[in-house]
Amino acid sequence: MDALVSQLFAGLSLGSVLLLAALGLALTFGQMGVINMAHGEFMMAGAYTAYVVQGIVADAGVSLLVSLVVGFLVGGLLGLLLEVTLISRMYRRPLDTLLVTFGVALVLQQAARDVFGAPNVDVRAPTWLSGAVQVLGVGVPKTRLFILALAAVCLAALALVLKLTPLGRRIRATVQNRDLAETSGISTRGTDRLTFFIGSGVAGVAGVALTLLGSIGPTLGTSYIVDAFLVVVVGGIGQLKGAAIAALALGLLQATFEYSTTASIAKVLVFVVIVAFLQVRPQGLVSVRSRSLA
Amino acid sequence: MSARIRLWGGFAVAAVLLFVVAPGALSDFRLNLLAKFLCLAMVAVGIGLAWGRGGMLTLGQGVFFGLGGYLMAMHLKLADAGPGGVPDFMLLYGDGTVPGWWEPFRDPVVTVVAILVVPTGLAALLGLAVFKRRVRGAYFAILSQALAAAFAILLIGQQKVTGGTNGLNGFKSFFGFTLSDPVNKRMLYFIAAGVLLVMVAVTRLLMRSRWGELLVAVRDQENRVRFLGYDPAGVKVVAYATAACFAAIGGALFTPIVGIISPADVGVVPSIAFLVGVAIGGRATLLGPVLGAIAVSWAETSLSEQFPSFWTYFQGALFIGVVAFLPNGLATLGQVWRRRRAGPGTPDDESGGPDDGTPRSDPHDEQEHDPADSLTGRTA
Amino acid sequence: MRALALPAAAALALGLAACGARTADEPEAGGTGTASGSSCVDTSGDSIKIGFLNSLSGTMAISEQTVRDSLDMAAEEINAAGGVLGKQLDVVAEDGASEPTVFAEKAEKLISSDCVAAVFGGWTSSSRKAMLPVFESKNSLLFYPVQYEGLEASKNIFYTGATTNQQIIPAMDYLKEQGKKKVFLVGSDYVFPRTANKEIVAYAKANGIEIVGEEYAPLGHTDFSTIVTKLKGSGADAVFNTLNGDSNVAFFKEYKNVGLAADTLPVVSVSIAEEEVGGIGVDNVAGQLTAWNYYQTVDSPANEKFVAAFKAKYGADRVTSDPMEAAYTSLYLWKGMVEKAKSFDVAAVQEAAGGVSFDAPEGTVTVNGENHHIAKTALIGKIGPDGLIYTEWSSKEPIEPDPFLEGYDWAADLS
Repeated sequence: MDALVSQLFAGLSLGSVLLLAALGLALTFGQMGVINMAHGEFMMAGAYTAYVVQGIVADAGVSLLVSLVVGFLVGGLLGLLLEVTLISRMYRRPLDTLLVTFGVALVLQQAARDVFGAPNVDVRAPTWLSGAVQVLGVGVPKTRLFILALAAVCLAALALVLKLTPLGRRIRATVQNRDLAETSGISTRGTDRLTFFIGSGVAGVAGVALTLLGSIGPTLGTSYIVDAFLVVVVGGIGQLKGAAIAALALGLLQATFEYSTTASIAKVLVFVVIVAFLQVRPQGLVSVRSRSLA
Repeated sequence: MSARIRLWGGFAVAAVLLFVVAPGALSDFRLNLLAKFLCLAMVAVGIGLAWGRGGMLTLGQGVFFGLGGYLMAMHLKLADAGPGGVPDFMLLYGDGTVPGWWEPFRDPVVTVVAILVVPTGLAALLGLAVFKRRVRGAYFAILSQALAAAFAILLIGQQKVTGGTNGLNGFKSFFGFTLSDPVNKRMLYFIAAGVLLVMVAVTRLLMRSRWGELLVAVRDQENRVRFLGYDPAGVKVVAYATAACFAAIGGALFTPIVGIISPADVGVVPSIAFLVGVAIGGRATLLGPVLGAIAVSWAETSLSEQFPSFWTYFQGALFIGVVAFLPNGLATLGQVWRRRRAGPGTPDDESGGPDDGTPRSDPHDEQEHDPADSLTGRTA
Repeated sequence: MRALALPAAAALALGLAACGARTADEPEAGGTGTASGSSCVDTSGDSIKIGFLNSLSGTMAISEQTVRDSLDMAAEEINAAGGVLGKQLDVVAEDGASEPTVFAEKAEKLISSDCVAAVFGGWTSSSRKAMLPVFESKNSLLFYPVQYEGLEASKNIFYTGATTNQQIIPAMDYLKEQGKKKVFLVGSDYVFPRTANKEIVAYAKANGIEIVGEEYAPLGHTDFSTIVTKLKGSGADAVFNTLNGDSNVAFFKEYKNVGLAADTLPVVSVSIAEEEVGGIGVDNVAGQLTAWNYYQTVDSPANEKFVAAFKAKYGADRVTSDPMEAAYTSLYLWKGMVEKAKSFDVAAVQEAAGGVSFDAPEGTVTVNGENHHIAKTALIGKIGPDGLIYTEWSSKEPIEPDPFLEGYDWAADLS
């Protein structure tokens, strides 16, 4: 029973990490169709931000909260820079953006290696996040609860922005029909930029959160990027809801397989499940109806 | 007529370069390196067909390259162990017995047939599953990438039968010929060069065939092809399977030439690295991928000797520069320049490679002009 | 179409003809199995070429750069003191790029194109396994400076890091001495942990220790909640950790967060040295155990000199670790062998190797002429709050290397 509860929790927690990594992608890839392979490197940038901020603000608790904000800005600005310089030229070539952003990812990784030095660095977790709390008789690390909550907050905030704000309306309009949106007076270019800024900013936040779980190194992002893309693909395009369900489902699946087999086999099994699932529902869990063909 | 002469001439020049000039001018070590680059170029030829002509961005060619390489490596290990023998690494990491599914590869004929059939068949099956469901564009790219990731993890995890991260290495002979002998290394080079020329010739035939025309049509307007009564999925499967077959052959030759095949050669990053040369050379052209792949590998080896960290920047910059600003690769540099010179009146429409001569629309403006759909790239 | 088939056929014929010609002269050449001829090492000038081959790019660059630093320092010291046999060392440096294939390629380049007398480097088992056939077929020398999984002895490789009976078995001896009965094994999914754990399982069986779990995480894995859940439920009283690199951080953070602690459930790690402690975070690993043959805190005049020289050259904030020390030592051992043989010739160096010793920072080490490993003292250390590692237990004297564990009855069916 204990094992069941703690595995359930492990799955949820893994799902929340995946969700944080995938939320930004759900915006940039899901809403805009840009395959940004450098998304993982934006997470890495967020993580290094946490490291730098902790160097300035000594108190671990304050620095974590400051880092979340600064990490969002750093990730967002990097994303904005990428959008303006490169991606804006290639909206009609989604597959090429994949390659270009892979090049950007390589450069960012090497830059991190050159700037921060080769060895990994560490960020101290605040004392109020150390240790575990008892949930249903099982010790649950506070850091994991924090990440779960953070993922939920980010999801809710993005959903609200998309649903209620004028910006959200503009984004949805641009996604659903770019030409019509433009004729209606929406600056689609400006909307693109803002969407990309927000999506990349969330990657920065995810990076800050990841420092609570692991170390910070130049290749931090690469270990999440494939999984994050799979979450968006399984979740379906254009809907945050799909990404959220997919992230939790994949997290639970991975944790379950891992418990009964090994971590390596679990990864392969999860992939098999995904391919089988896409056979049944190639459009993902949740999809926007459109009248288009194909 | 002149096109035919150019083609003949081109093949003759390539053959002279590969079979006469290179072996004469290069030391054994450099010639062996060139042989390795030729193996990578084989993968590139296939990618050129699937991606350049077919619009399928395959981020998982490492899987087929690895299958070919590992199948060959299994045979070489078994042959070295002698009849009934057990490969050395199995004694170290396994329980000292050869698993049943390894046994058939003691036979050289079975091995060669398997190298040709298994990866091609797997690609055909995967392709059928994916393309019949009309998964394409970015989705296909991401799935193929996940496949590469899963394949590498699987290889690493099954150390007892795959050698784990070490991979398979330490081969002594290649179908009865001692590998440490430079003469035999040279022979391997000639085999690789010959195979590559054949592949280029086959690709040329395919491109010029009815099927080749259809493939380009599917890339540019899949639905129109479907409305005309063709089955786009079938066309794509053939291209994908051919690319897989080429990659597998490249992998199978890579193994004895380099002397090792390991998960580091088949995962996500090497799979993407295969694309650099193709993109730089010109994805939709016949020779662009080959020359691009050889040039990039050569640059990597010589540049990384002097400036290891600089190479990473350079590789990143190449990706960015070529793909963003010269989508059809250096092969079309001349064309772009001519067009620029012709004056601002001519639209810069990034037309196709020099060999097909037919202007076409942007290669990856794939589908309908409904934005939501062209973004998602698959059915709703 | 027909026009095309012709050139294709011609190319094919040409290809076959070229191969065929080679195949015809092949039997004599191939049959004798001659290695690629005599060495091209140039010993005529007043300098001698040696090769350094470490990963300066890719995932292993983090660790291997430190080894390169100490190799550079050793070469400088030797040159300043007059070189080897009166010749200055001329270092040819190469990048292994963290890929076995590249290691094999660059090793061949160093031997065949640059004609170096010996190569120093390699870190991962896969890089060593990839280079081994190259060094054997070209008959050259590799000095490999990292602890590894044993079960190997090539006459072309000198292993200056620990083999299992100098690191893992002493660590198990120590746990046994401490009265630990239930050990949990956690490792990265690659060759070293799997082989090491195979040996640990055999040891445990023979020594009344129960292995209550054996878990592997893919390299670079960062989510350890499931594995730590299994660990907590296993009832273990000690953990043997063969995780590599980044995974250690995630593992120790999870370990600490679920409320486990070093004094009740200690973790013995064999891949965490001074260099890695900072990246994991001292808070997360203080009080945990490590098994090595050298720590920066080792108290000896040779070490004092080594640490001072290293800090003077690379900065006061740098630390020294076991693989760095083993690499530094390897260059001096090669010097000793060459001077004993009075020749750079591979066969002469191999001949002279047995018994060559060096006053290394870790203590005096001696080369075993039989298996080309070196006798080393095993040290179990405890990670201090300052990030350095302090010796907790020592084997007192150097342990003779026994890579195939021939001196241990329980290991009879391991290899």
